[in-house]
Amino acid sequence: MKAVAALAALLAALPAALPAALAMLGLAAVPPARAETDSAKTEPAACAAPAYLLATEARLLKVAEAIKAGGRLDILVIGSRSAVVAAAPDGTGFPGRMTAALRERLPSIAIAMSLQLQVKKTAADVVANLGRLLEGKSLEGRSLEGRSLEGRSLEGRSPTLVVWQTGTVDAIRSADPDDFRAALGQGIAAFRKAGADVVLVNLQYGPRMETMISTAPYLDVMRVVAQEREVPLFDRFGIMHYWSDTGHFNLFGPVHGAAMARRVHDCLGRALARVVLDAAGVNPPQPDLRAR
Amino acid sequence: MTSATDHAADAPARARAPQPSAGRELRLDLFRGLALWLIFVDHLPPNLFTWLTIRNYGFSDATEIFIFISGYTAAFVYGRALTDRGFVVAGARILKRVWQIYVAHVFLFTIFLAEISYVATRFENPLYTEEMGILDFLKQPDVTIVQALLLKFRPVNMDVLPLYIVLMLFLPPILWLMKRKPDLTLALSVGVYILTWEFGLNLPAYPHGVWFFNPFAWQLLFVFGAWCALGGARRMAPLLSSRITLALAIAYLLAAFFVTLTWHLPQLGHFVPRFIESWMYPINKTDLDVLRFIHFLALAAVTVHLLPANWPGLRSPWLAPMILCGQHSLEIFCIGVFLAFAGHFVLAEIGSGPWIHFVVSLSGIVVMSAAAWLFSWYKRVAAKGGMDPKRNETRADLVGGGS
Repeated sequence: MKAVAALAALLAALPAALPAALAMLGLAAVPPARAETDSAKTEPAACAAPAYLLATEARLLKVAEAIKAGGRLDILVIGSRSAVVAAAPDGTGFPGRMTAALRERLPSIAIAMSLQLQVKKTAADVVANLGRLLEGKSLEGRSLEGRSLEGRSLEGRSPTLVVWQTGTVDAIRSADPDDFRAALGQGIAAFRKAGADVVLVNLQYGPRMETMISTAPYLDVMRVVAQEREVPLFDRFGIMHYWSDTGHFNLFGPVHGAAMARRVHDCLGRALARVVLDAAGVNPPQPDLRAR
Repeated sequence: MTSATDHAADAPARARAPQPSAGRELRLDLFRGLALWLIFVDHLPPNLFTWLTIRNYGFSDATEIFIFISGYTAAFVYGRALTDRGFVVAGARILKRVWQIYVAHVFLFTIFLAEISYVATRFENPLYTEEMGILDFLKQPDVTIVQALLLKFRPVNMDVLPLYIVLMLFLPPILWLMKRKPDLTLALSVGVYILTWEFGLNLPAYPHGVWFFNPFAWQLLFVFGAWCALGGARRMAPLLSSRITLALAIAYLLAAFFVTLTWHLPQLGHFVPRFIESWMYPINKTDLDVLRFIHFLALAAVTVHLLPANWPGLRSPWLAPMILCGQHSLEIFCIGVFLAFAGHFVLAEIGSGPWIHFVVSLSGIVVMSAAAWLFSWYKRVAAKGGMDPKRNETRADLVGGGS
């Protein structure tokens, strides 16, 4: 009987004590850690992402051509809500930051970017709307939700480059990975048919999201499709994971102002610009390699 | 889950023996324990330990091992009950077991709900406005909870128990037929599997999509395990011991290893011919891709070859924790899911350096082993306590997770 009582006490104490101890440890450890990382994070050097996360073997031939021809580069970004910083001015999301970085590197080229926000739309939903998205008319500066867009409109020209950020909504809704894969393939084929190069951007990494959203199947599908279709994949998930692991950004913290979100997007935009330039064969930026 | 321990529960004389009886298949306990550890590690964010899990070296992973062994042990235990006590008693025992698993699942869901609600109230990071949309279900707790009780709403990492519940629910008719026509039962199972692939059968999930582990497809492994337990393994022995089988299995495992390698080193991708790639991908886990099934078979064939049942290592103290975990699999599985939640919590609150990851993974395995030891100890003590055999049986049921 004694043994049974002892066992019952043990069993009762174990699950109760463990989370409590963990919570205590957590509460004790978080504030200093957060303060440290936040203050160290302001300089652009924090943007460094290792080369292996940015490497791609796929080529952006249309973009390379456009840059070589020296005229203009029209970019269409199709993204979900994680393409913009909530409650922050336009242009602070990674598409706007990418455009700014590209303009910096290619000053002689007229770069126009149009962001089509597809809020709460799965890849399949986006593909169903592709006609409207790619038609000149739908690029006049309003998204389907009527939200104003970042960047200038393409004034009816068809894009040279489509940056397609997707996967998050599919993961949230646990869409069938097969459907997701089929939609990606159809979308890429349609963009190419319309004469554009394509870059895929995958999901965000969020440490607290990992118990809630099963990201792995969607990340895998995007990797496989990118490899199969020879499309560069911008590994937003991998890069943010790296920043989080190395302490570049403290993505764990429960409360952050828009400031850190904007810095993250700025860094993502720069990294994305680098991937685009690499895949177009424009790196390193020799002045004579710039469009002429 | 229904480990060979239940066997002891069914035979009171055996339950009193502190040491496992000689006829017990320790290899099953060992590999189920291993599967439980691997499932725990796979449920944590990727870290050093993740590189030890078999999914990085081939197509199949710990889930296949777990479901196969569960089918094997369930058929072994309840098959005996079916012979000794008849269909009704065996069926009632199986349903009682289903109820235990269901309660365990609901318990885990409660913990999940607490964790999610904590995050929802404390977490405000503008970076993740979109991802927080997943918490919309908290706005309708009535619907969510009912859907969870119907097994339609299943949070991340909580897909295995619902699959197991459905499989166990169909065990009585499967066993009944298996006792009479084992090969026909297996053939029917293959038929259902093929129909599933042909017509895309699955169970609906809430709020969107389908079950992550499709029971219509995964039943194949479960029934195959049951078929092996009821004499199939013995009949397959000549096939398993042949060198040709072994060579084929090793060749397949190596090929799968190479393909898996290309996921991590894309430069190697050029060595995989395009037509094979387009035929092979995607390797579907939801519907138990046939490549995964074959990979499991190959793995099992090689394992049986390398580890004979009388392998002395099975008695070594170093493997004892793993075997103990395998013997109390339902409890250890639940503790593993809970520890994975807790691990995420630690990693989110303290930080995610490789060392913290390492400590979280290792301490999780230590806690699981300690709990398994505690369960075994209690079972031994209860058995020694001079209770009458009937009460003894009930106790053993509760603790050993049997009947």
